[in-house]
Amino acid sequence: MNWQIALPEIALAVMAMMILVYGVLRKAEQAQTATMMAVGALLVTGFLVMTRAGGAGFHDQFVVDAFSALVDGLILVSSAFTLIVSLDYNQREGISRFEFPVLILFATVGMMGMVSASNLITLYLSLELLSLPSYVVAAFDRDDLRSTEAGLKYFVLGALASGLLLYGISLVYGFSGSMDFATIGRVLSAPGSASPGMIVGVVFVIVGLAFKVSAAPFHMWTPDVYEGSPSPVTLFFASAPKVAAVGLFLRTLSEPFGHLLGSWRLIIEIISIASMILGTLGAIGQTNIKRLMAYSAIGHIGYALIGLAVGGPIGIRGVLVYMTVYIIMTAGTFACIIAMRRRGIAVERIEDLGGLASTDPALALAFAVFMFSLAGIPPLSGFFAKLYVFLAAVNAGMWTIAIIGVLTSVAGAFYYIHVVKVMYFDSPRAAFDRKSAGVTFVATVTGLYTLLFFVFPGPFVAAANAAAAALFG
Amino acid sequence: MNTLGFPILSLVTWLPLVGCVVILSVRGDEATVAANARWTALWTSLIVLALSLVLWVEWNPHEAGFQFVEQVKWLPGYEVSYKMGVDGISVLFVLLTTVLTPICILASWESITKYVREYMIAFLILETMLVGLFCALDFVVFYIFFEGVLIPMYLIIGVWGGPRRVYAAFKFFLFTLTGSVLMLLALLAMWSYAHTTDIPTLMHTSFPPHMQTWLFLALLASFAVKVPMWPVHTWLPDAHVEAPTAGSVMLAGVLLKMGAYGFLRFSVPMLPLASVQLAPLIFTISVVAVIYTAYVALAQTDMKKLVAYSSVAHMGVVTIGIFTFNVQGIQGALFLMLSHGIVSSALFLIIGVIYDRLHTREISRYGGLADRMPAYALVFMVFVMASVGLPGTSGFVGEFLVTIGALHINFWLAILGTMGLILGPMYTLYLYRRVVFGRLTKIDLRGMLDLSPREIAVFAPLVVLTIWMGAYPTSFTRFWDATVTSMVQQHQQATAVPPGPEPVMLAQAVRP
Repeated sequence: MNWQIALPEIALAVMAMMILVYGVLRKAEQAQTATMMAVGALLVTGFLVMTRAGGAGFHDQFVVDAFSALVDGLILVSSAFTLIVSLDYNQREGISRFEFPVLILFATVGMMGMVSASNLITLYLSLELLSLPSYVVAAFDRDDLRSTEAGLKYFVLGALASGLLLYGISLVYGFSGSMDFATIGRVLSAPGSASPGMIVGVVFVIVGLAFKVSAAPFHMWTPDVYEGSPSPVTLFFASAPKVAAVGLFLRTLSEPFGHLLGSWRLIIEIISIASMILGTLGAIGQTNIKRLMAYSAIGHIGYALIGLAVGGPIGIRGVLVYMTVYIIMTAGTFACIIAMRRRGIAVERIEDLGGLASTDPALALAFAVFMFSLAGIPPLSGFFAKLYVFLAAVNAGMWTIAIIGVLTSVAGAFYYIHVVKVMYFDSPRAAFDRKSAGVTFVATVTGLYTLLFFVFPGPFVAAANAAAAALFG
Repeated sequence: MNTLGFPILSLVTWLPLVGCVVILSVRGDEATVAANARWTALWTSLIVLALSLVLWVEWNPHEAGFQFVEQVKWLPGYEVSYKMGVDGISVLFVLLTTVLTPICILASWESITKYVREYMIAFLILETMLVGLFCALDFVVFYIFFEGVLIPMYLIIGVWGGPRRVYAAFKFFLFTLTGSVLMLLALLAMWSYAHTTDIPTLMHTSFPPHMQTWLFLALLASFAVKVPMWPVHTWLPDAHVEAPTAGSVMLAGVLLKMGAYGFLRFSVPMLPLASVQLAPLIFTISVVAVIYTAYVALAQTDMKKLVAYSSVAHMGVVTIGIFTFNVQGIQGALFLMLSHGIVSSALFLIIGVIYDRLHTREISRYGGLADRMPAYALVFMVFVMASVGLPGTSGFVGEFLVTIGALHINFWLAILGTMGLILGPMYTLYLYRRVVFGRLTKIDLRGMLDLSPREIAVFAPLVVLTIWMGAYPTSFTRFWDATVTSMVQQHQQATAVPPGPEPVMLAQAVRP
C-alpha cells in the first residue's frame, strides 16, 4: 500500500482541516489570516507535487505521472490566485469569512484527485469533492440575489451533470465489468468489444464532463454563474476547475476509451465546433464584462477541444498548451475585472472601462494585453495556444474544424478589441478606486507571463509534451 | 552567427523595444514625460537607423542568398527556430523602415499632444515588428511579426486618429486579421507537409500542384488585403484618412509593402506552379486596380483619400511586375515599392504640414499656397513629379522596368498596366494645381507659415533619396540584382520541368 503517492493531496486536506479548526476556535476576525495560511498550504502542496515520484497507488486507483504533475501545478497556481485576489475583495464586499479559503482548499484537493484518478469511482468522488464546495462558494455572497441564484443554478445543473456522468459510469461498468481505467482499456482493445451499450455509456460520460468544462451545448449555466458569483469565485471557476475538468476529460478519453477514438471523435468535433460558434456569437453584444468572459470561456473550450478531437500525443499536447496559456490569461483578466470598482461599488459593465488608458494606464495596458491575447494575436501567449491546436488539426487533415476555428477567432477578435477600444478610444470616466496589492500582484504576474511567453515557450511546451506522452506511455 | 561577429539584425529589430522600456520607466509630470518620450524615441530610432546602415555598407552584392544570418533554437522539437537574415529583396525594406521611423517621430513632434508616451511606444513597437517581419527567415517568426503589426497600428489609428477613427481601426483590424488567419492555415499546411518552417528550405520544397493552388489562394487572401489589391482595398482609404499623419506614413510607406513582400518571399518562390496558373487572375485585378482607383482618386475631395487611392493604383503596378516572373518586372516592382514607400510617405507628410496649420484636408479649402509657402510648393512638386513617374525621379525607374517586364508577357497587359502612367498625372497634378497654384483668395490662408526647420529636417532626406533613386538607380538595384536573377532562374526551372509523381523534398534530403 503505497499511500505516500497521494501525500500532497493528503497534506492539503489535513492543512485545510487545520485551518478550519483554527477559524472555528478563534472568535475574532480571522479570515485574512486563514486566507494567508491557505496560500501557504498551497505553496507547501506545490512543493510536495514537484518532489513526488511517479507511480500508482491505492490498488491502482490513483496515478501520478507527468500529466498529473503539470495539471496539478496549474490547479494550485489558479487556486492561489483566487485566494490572493479574494483577500481584499471579500473584505470590501463584507463577505470576509474564514470558510472561503477552506472551501477553496477542499475543492483543490478534489481537483487534484480528478487529475490523478485512474478508476471511475475515484473520478466520481473527486469530481464531487470539487463540486460541493464550488456550489457553496458560488453563493458565498449569500445576501446577494444574483450570487444565491448563481449558486442554486450551478447546483441544479451540476447535479444533473453528475447524474448523467454516474449513469454513464454505471453503463460502462456494466458492459466492461470493471471500474479500473487500465482494465476497461484492455477490454475495449479487443476488436468488436464496443457494444452499443458501452458506446451509450461513453456518450453519457462525455456529456457529464462537457457540462463541467462548459462546452456547448451544455454551457447554459456558465453566463449566469460567471455573472452572479463574486468575482474571485468567477476567477476560480474560469481557471482551476476548468483545467481540472479538461485534464479529467483528456485522461478518461485517452486511457480507458482511447480505443474508441473513432466512435467519440465526431461527438467531440461537434461539441468543439458548437462551442466555438456559440461562444463567439454569444459574446457579441454583451454589455457585462463577466458575461462576456463567460461566452469567451465557452469559445476557448471549443478551441481546446479541437486538440482532443484530433487525439493522440500531438492533439493532447495542443490541449495542454492551450490550458497552460488560457487559464493564466483568464485569471489575469479577472484580476483586472476585480480592480473595476468605483467609490466602493464593484462595476461590471464594459462601458465602465471607458478611457481607462488615461485614468489608470497600467491597468489598461494589462487589460489590453489579455484581450489581444484572448483574441490570439501574436506575439502574445494566446496565439501559441491556438497555433498548437490548429497545427494538430491540420496535421490530422481535419480541415473543417481548423477553418471554422480560424474564422470564429476572427469574429471573436471583434469583441476583444471592442474592449480595447472602450479603454483606449473612448473619453475618460471617473477613475477606479485604488487597486489592492493582491490584484496588482496577480495582474502583473499573469500579464508578464502572457506578454513574454514567446521568449521562453520551450519549457512550457516541453512540459505539455511530456504530459501528453505520459497518457500514451 | 554571421560574418560581422554580432547579431546585427536582432539588434536592429529589438533595440526599439529598449527605447520603450526607457520611456516607460520615466516618472514625473505630464510635460516632462512627454518631452522625454519624444527625445528617447527619436534617439532610439536614430541609433537603429545608424545600426541598420551597417547593412548598407557591409552588403555583398554578389551573394544571391541570405546574408547576416543568425539562428537560435526556439520551439524545441518542432523544427522552428528564431532565424533572421536578409537577401536582396528584404534588405532595402529594413532600411526603408529604419529611415521612415525617425521621420515619423519627428513629424509628430508637435501635432501629438495627448498620450505622447504611448504614441512613441506604439511607433517603436511598430518598428520592431516591421523590421522583424522583413528579417524573419522562419515562417512562424514571420507570421508573428506580420500579425503583431496589427496591435500598434490598431492603437495608432484608434487613439490618435480623426473623427471616424473607431470605424477605421476596426475595419483595418478585422480585414487584415481575416486575411492573416487564412495565411496561418497555409503556414500550418506547409509545416505539416515539409516538417519545417525554415523559409530557405521551404523555397526548395516542391509542393504537389493541387496543394499549391490552395496554398496560393490562402496566401493571396492575406497578402491581397495587405497590398491592398482591388476589391479588398476598401479598408485603406478609411485607415489613411483617419490615421494621424505619421500613422499614414508608416501605413503607406511600409505596411503596404508587406503584402507584395509576401508574394515575393512566399507565393512566387514556394508555389511556382500555382503562381503561373493564377497569374492571369492577379493581372486582371491589378489592371482593374490601376484604372479604377485612378478614376476614384480623381473624384476625391479629401487629399489623404486621394493619395490613398493613388497608393492602390501604384501597388497594382507592383503586383503586375511581380507576376511577370522576369528580371525586369520583379526589379521594377521592387524599385517601385521602394520609391512608393518614400514618395507616398512624403505626400502624406506634405498633407500633414498644411493639416497642422489649418486642420482640414478638404482640397477646396486651399489654393494659391505657392504665394505664401514657396519652399513648401517646391518640395510638394518634387514628390508630385516622383509620384507621376517623371524621368529623373524615383517613380520613373520602377514604372519603366515593370512596363518592359509586362511587354514580355503580353502587349495589352503592358498597355493597360501603363495606363497608370497616364492617369496618375491626371489626378496628382490636378491636386497640385488646386492646392498650390491659383490666386490666394481665402483669408485664412494668408497667415500660413512656410516650412519650419523641423519640417525641413523631415523632408530633406526624402527629397535627397527621391532624386538619388531617380538619377542613379544602380546604388539601389545592386542590392537585389543577384537575388532577383537567381530567383527568376529558379522559377523557370521549377515551371519548365513538370514535377515527378514523388517530388523529393530538400527538407528530407538534408536532414541527417
